[in-house]
Amino acid sequence: MIAEIGHYALILALGVAIVQAVLPLIGMRARDPQLAAVALPASQLQFLLVGIAFIALTTAFVTSDFSVLNVWQNSHSAKPLLYKFSGVWGNHEGSMVLWVLILALFGAAVAVYGSNLPKQLQANVLAVQGALAAAFLLFIIATSNPFARIDPAPFDGMGLNPVLQDPALAFHPPFLYAGYVGFSMAFSFAVAALIDGRIDAAWARWVRPWTLAAWMCLTIGIAMGSWWAYYELGWGGFWFWDPVENASFMPWLAGTALLHSALVMEKRDALKVWTILLAIITFSLSLMGTFLVRSGVLTSVHAFAVDPARGVFILAIMGLFVGGALALFAWRAPLLSQGGLFAPISREGALVLNNLLLTTACAAVFVGTLYPLALEALTGEKISVGPPFFNLTFVPLMIPLLIAVPFGPLLAWKRGDLPGAAQRLMAAAGIALGVTVIMLAINQRGPWLAPFGIGFGFWLIMGAATEISYRVKLFEASGGEIWRRLRNLPRAAFGSALAHAGLGLTVIGIVATTAWGSEKILALKPGDTTDIAGYHLAFNGVAPRQGPNYSERVALFNVTRNGREVIELTPSKREFMAEQSSTTEAGIYTSWRGDLYVVLGDALKDGAYTIRVYFHPLVWLIWFGAVVMFIGGAVSLFDRRLRVGAPKRAETKAAPVPAGE
Amino acid sequence: MTRKQRRGILIGTCLAVLAIAVGLVLFAMRDSIVFFYSPSEVAEMQIEPGQRFRLGGLVEMGSVVRGEGTTIRFAITDQAKTLPVTYTGVLPDLFREGQGVVAEGSLEPNGTFHADNVLAKHDENYMPPEVAKKLKEQGVWRDDAEVN
Repeated sequence: MIAEIGHYALILALGVAIVQAVLPLIGMRARDPQLAAVALPASQLQFLLVGIAFIALTTAFVTSDFSVLNVWQNSHSAKPLLYKFSGVWGNHEGSMVLWVLILALFGAAVAVYGSNLPKQLQANVLAVQGALAAAFLLFIIATSNPFARIDPAPFDGMGLNPVLQDPALAFHPPFLYAGYVGFSMAFSFAVAALIDGRIDAAWARWVRPWTLAAWMCLTIGIAMGSWWAYYELGWGGFWFWDPVENASFMPWLAGTALLHSALVMEKRDALKVWTILLAIITFSLSLMGTFLVRSGVLTSVHAFAVDPARGVFILAIMGLFVGGALALFAWRAPLLSQGGLFAPISREGALVLNNLLLTTACAAVFVGTLYPLALEALTGEKISVGPPFFNLTFVPLMIPLLIAVPFGPLLAWKRGDLPGAAQRLMAAAGIALGVTVIMLAINQRGPWLAPFGIGFGFWLIMGAATEISYRVKLFEASGGEIWRRLRNLPRAAFGSALAHAGLGLTVIGIVATTAWGSEKILALKPGDTTDIAGYHLAFNGVAPRQGPNYSERVALFNVTRNGREVIELTPSKREFMAEQSSTTEAGIYTSWRGDLYVVLGDALKDGAYTIRVYFHPLVWLIWFGAVVMFIGGAVSLFDRRLRVGAPKRAETKAAPVPAGE
Repeated sequence: MTRKQRRGILIGTCLAVLAIAVGLVLFAMRDSIVFFYSPSEVAEMQIEPGQRFRLGGLVEMGSVVRGEGTTIRFAITDQAKTLPVTYTGVLPDLFREGQGVVAEGSLEPNGTFHADNVLAKHDENYMPPEVAKKLKEQGVWRDDAEVN
C-alpha cells in the first residue's frame, strides 16, 4: 500500500512539475502575473509530493518490505538500520528519487525565500526548475520505477553490496547530489535571466549563496568518496582519475570558477556573459556526471549496472537542457549589457586568471575522460586514459593557479598594485621558499619536484594568513584597533582565506603521500615481524570473529614505535552471507605523521598470509583540507550581506564597494 | 591603457593558456594512453614485452593459484584464447573465478602477462563494457547477469 502511495505521489509530482514549468512562461506571454505566480505553490506542492514518495520508499526499506522489487534487490532484514536507510539511495532507482527530491527542495526554497526577487525572474527560475524536475520524474517513472512490486514476495532480500555498507558512503551520495543538483539553481537563474533578457548585480547576489552551498556539498561529497575509497577498497589510493571520479570533479572545477566569476559580477557588474555561460556549463557537467555514471558507457569501479535504455533517456534529457540553454545563450547573450572596466592587474584580473586556469584544467580532464569514448565510437579502438595523462596535463595547469591565489585577495578592485601585493607577500614567500629548501635538503628518495609542491602548500596557507593580517593591520595597529578591525572584517574574507588555506593543506597532503609513501607486500607467518617508516609490526596470527551480518577473519598486529606500544591493528576479511561476497577491512593507525595501513590478503600454503603494509605520510591533510574548505564556504555563506533571506538586501543595486571589500 | 589594449592582453593570455593546454594534452596523449585488448587480440598481434596495455576477460575457472609467496597466478580468457597472468599483492574483493576483470600491465618475455593492477567491480552483476562487448562479439555472452 505504502509503495503504491509513493508511486502515485511521483506521478502527481510529474503533473505538478509540468504545470510549474509551463504556466510561468504562458503568464509572461500573456502579461498575467497571477498565472506566472502559480509556480510558487506548484513548486512547494511538488516538493511535498516527491517528499511523500521518498518517505514511502524509505519506509519500505526500513520495514524490509520485500514485496517491493527494489527493496528485495538492495536490502536484507539482518542489515543494520543505518544501511537500511542508506540502501534507499545505494541503488539507481532510489538515488534518482533522492536526486529529484533535492531538486524539488531547491525549487521550493526559491518560492519560500525568494520574496525579494523580481517576480518575473522568480517565476522563470521556477519554470526552469519545474522543467528539470519533470524530465527526471518522467525518467524515473518510465525507466526506473523504484516502487515496482514482485509477486510472490521473497522471504528475504539480496542485501546491499557490502563495500557500500559503510558510514562514509552512507552520506557520500546525498552530499554529492546536493552539490550536483545545487548547481541547477545557477543554471535555472542563468536561463531565467536569458529568457528575461536582463541581468544585474542582484542576480549574482542571489546565485552566489546557492552556488556556494552546492560547492560546499560537492567538496565534502567528493572528499568523503575519496576517503571511503582510500580505507575501504584496500589499495590505499585516494584518487584514481577514474572516469566517475572525474565526472564529479569537473563540476567542482567549473563550480569553483563560477563562484569566483559571480563575485566579479556581484561586486563590479562585469563578466556577465561569461558568468551566465559558466553557470550553464557547470550544471551541464553535473548532468553529464549523472549520465556517465548511470549509462554504463564507461569502465569504472563506481559504475552502476544499468541497461542502455536509461542511458539514452538521460542523454536525451541532457541534450535537451544543455542544447536548449546554449542555444538560448547564443540568441540572447548579445542583449546583455557589458559592464565594469578593469585593468589586467586588479582583483577582477586575478579572478579572470582563476577562471581561465580552472576552466582550462576542467577541459583537460574532460578530454581525458571522454577521449576513450570518442575514439571507440569513431575507430572501435579501446584505450584507457589513466593517471599519467592527468598528471601531465592537470598538474602543470594548476601550478600557475597555486602561485596566483595569494595575490588575488591582496589586489584592489579595478586597478591593483602588484608590487605592493608582492611586498606584502614577502614573508609568506620567504617561509614557502625556506620550507622548499629544507625539504630539498632532506629529500632522499622522493622526486625532486615534490619539495616545491610542499612549498606551494605553505605559500597558500601563509598567503591566506597574510591577507587576514594585512586587513587587520596585525603588525601596525594597537591591540584594540586590531580587535576592532577583526570584528568588522566581513565573514566572507575569513571564508575565502580559510578555503584557500584548506586548498594549501590538501596540496601538502597529496604531494607528501604521493612522493614519500612506502609500501611492502610480504608473506608473513604468525610470529613474524616487519618494519616500515619507523613502526615495528609483530604479526600475532589470524582469528575468526562474528559480526551482525558477516563473519570475518581478523589478523592481529602489535605495533610499536621506538620500543613503545602504539596500537593493536586488526585488518580483516569479511564474508557477507546474504550477499555472498567479501570485503577487505584495512587496519589503519592515524597519527599526525600519517597513516599506517595494513591489509590482510590470502592464506598461503605454508601457514603464511599475504600482507600489504603501507605508510602514507600526512595523508589525512587531503581530507582535512577539504573540511577546511567546507568550513570556509560555511563561514562565507553566513556573511550577513550574503544571507539568503537578508531583507531588502538583494534589491539594492550593487553599491560601489570599497577596495577592501 | 586603452580598452583595446586591455582586451588584447586578455585575449592574449587566454590564447597562451589554451595553447599550453593543447600542447600538454597532445603530448600526454602520445605517451600515457593504454590500449585495451582481449586475449585473442593479444594472440593475433605482436605486442612487445614491456609495452603496457589492459587485458580484459573472464578469470578462467580453476586457474587461480595462490600460495606461492605473494605472487598469484591465474588466467584471463575470452573463451577463444587464454593468457596466463601473474600478479603480486592483494587482489580486490570481487575478484573471483568466472568473473570479469581488467588487468593492467605488460607481457613478460616468456609470454606471461604481468599485472601491476587488477580491477574487479564493486557490483557483482557488473561486467566491464569492454569485456561484455568482446564476449558478445565472440558469441559466448550469456545474459544471465540479470537478477536471478
